[in-house]
Amino acid sequence: MTENYFEVLRPGINSTFQDNGRKNFYHIGIPFSGAMDNRNFVIANAISNNKKNSPVIEFALQGPKLRYKGDKVYFNVTGDVNFQILRKNKIEEGVCYQNLVLENNDCLDLISTNRSVYGYLSINASFKIDFYLDSCSVNTKAEIGANNGKILQKNQIIKIENITKKYSSNKLDYIVSKIENIRVIKGPHFDYFSETAKELFFKEKFRITKLTDRMGIRLDGPKIENIKYTNIKSEGLVKGTIQITADGDPIVMLSDHGTIGGYPKIGVVISADYDKLVQIPPGSKIKFKEINLKDAETIYKLYEMETRNLISKIK
Amino acid sequence: MIKNISNLGDAALYCDFGNDVNREINLNVIQFFKNIKKSNIPGITNITPSYNKLIISFDLSITNFDKIKTEVEQLNFKNEIVNEGNLIKIPVCCDNDFALDIKRLEKLLNLEKEEIYKKFFSKKYYCYMTGFIAGMPFLGDLNDSLYARRLDTPRVKVPKNSIGLTEQFCNIYTFESPGGWNIIGKTPLDIFDNKNNTSPNLINPGDTISFFQISKSEFEKKYD
Repeated sequence: MTENYFEVLRPGINSTFQDNGRKNFYHIGIPFSGAMDNRNFVIANAISNNKKNSPVIEFALQGPKLRYKGDKVYFNVTGDVNFQILRKNKIEEGVCYQNLVLENNDCLDLISTNRSVYGYLSINASFKIDFYLDSCSVNTKAEIGANNGKILQKNQIIKIENITKKYSSNKLDYIVSKIENIRVIKGPHFDYFSETAKELFFKEKFRITKLTDRMGIRLDGPKIENIKYTNIKSEGLVKGTIQITADGDPIVMLSDHGTIGGYPKIGVVISADYDKLVQIPPGSKIKFKEINLKDAETIYKLYEMETRNLISKIK
Repeated sequence: MIKNISNLGDAALYCDFGNDVNREINLNVIQFFKNIKKSNIPGITNITPSYNKLIISFDLSITNFDKIKTEVEQLNFKNEIVNEGNLIKIPVCCDNDFALDIKRLEKLLNLEKEEIYKKFFSKKYYCYMTGFIAGMPFLGDLNDSLYARRLDTPRVKVPKNSIGLTEQFCNIYTFESPGGWNIIGKTPLDIFDNKNNTSPNLINPGDTISFFQISKSEFEKKYD
């Protein structure tokens, strides 16, 4: 039996193994993690005919360059990704959302994401990686998950097993839509802020700064004035929580967020807008729009239906 | 008990037990946490106890706020006494190499180093919660003569396993991270074991902790 593997020629900025994340460990201080953009994660596995929760490689902005060694393997890339496959005698431009083939010695160069942040690489096979607390998801701060809890490293080997021999020409015509308005439900400390601040929060635009990663987004814009307490007794957080720091800047908690935090919560991003929010690159501006719980629930149902529709269109 | 249940976004319940921080309120939070965990209500993805709040996250594709709230309210809680948790003994080396902020504390608290350590080691501490990134325990309460504010500028890297103090609390940095707590020593024990795939945390909410002092040579021996 031959060995099949990727050799990492360039690791990319923040390339990690991810799946659905870790449930039920917030109480012992372990973040959820998992693929940031769940829809693109789910679609990647659907195109590969993999099980729903199969590990993928997530990359941010600049992806990895991988040399493939072994038997023919099929793969697909999801997101809005500019990539190439360097074959023996030619360079092939990559197309997202469709199964493509890698043969021995081919190079997959995941050059960059276009006007977005995260992309996903799924293979019609499985990565030979470790699981920690039922998930492969890497959290680099806690150093847990596959790859010893680290991002991909230059020259490392990623072993591949269980290659599906049968080719399926799975393909999806899908253009990722961009949004600027992020819908938010008011948080438990909304009244800690001045009337002017509350108005500014839903009226003005905020810029996504470079201090943004899998843990959170730091925003820059008008200062949100706190008229009560700038610190609270630390309490639990959830994905999408928007806290206002003592300096008056909003920070949005993302998938690797610490399980507790001590800043007041002005609001929470609705579940349906999360996948799109994480894809907005640093430098872009966003605007928050207030919405109530019932509407958020309805919008989520629609969002789920849309994802299911997309999956049913794969052929 | 719970004063109010509201929503935190569209996929979590925010259970408010009040604003005070004390053991009695926190025991209520932990009891409620344990009861919900036992109940196996479908769709719950995380339950996060803290000093005086409990946040219950759920999967919006399986359930919703109204359903979970009703189920949580219907749980018939017996007024059983929560078991006291475990007693865990933690060795601490207070060598100058590890006690990064002891000089600052001597000034700030107007106490000699020896007095600070005497007061620190003579008390048992209660674990209010574990949280953040890798099972960091938040312990209390310190002797009130040891209350100190955070560093004005947080340290960029606090070494893993450092013991820090701030206000009435004490914690152990379970991984190297930025932080502003006053560091008084270091333990050779791994409080969070990222290789342990079943129970990575040495300290859990509700446990009682007693610290004891060790010398640098003992510290080094335990490190082998």
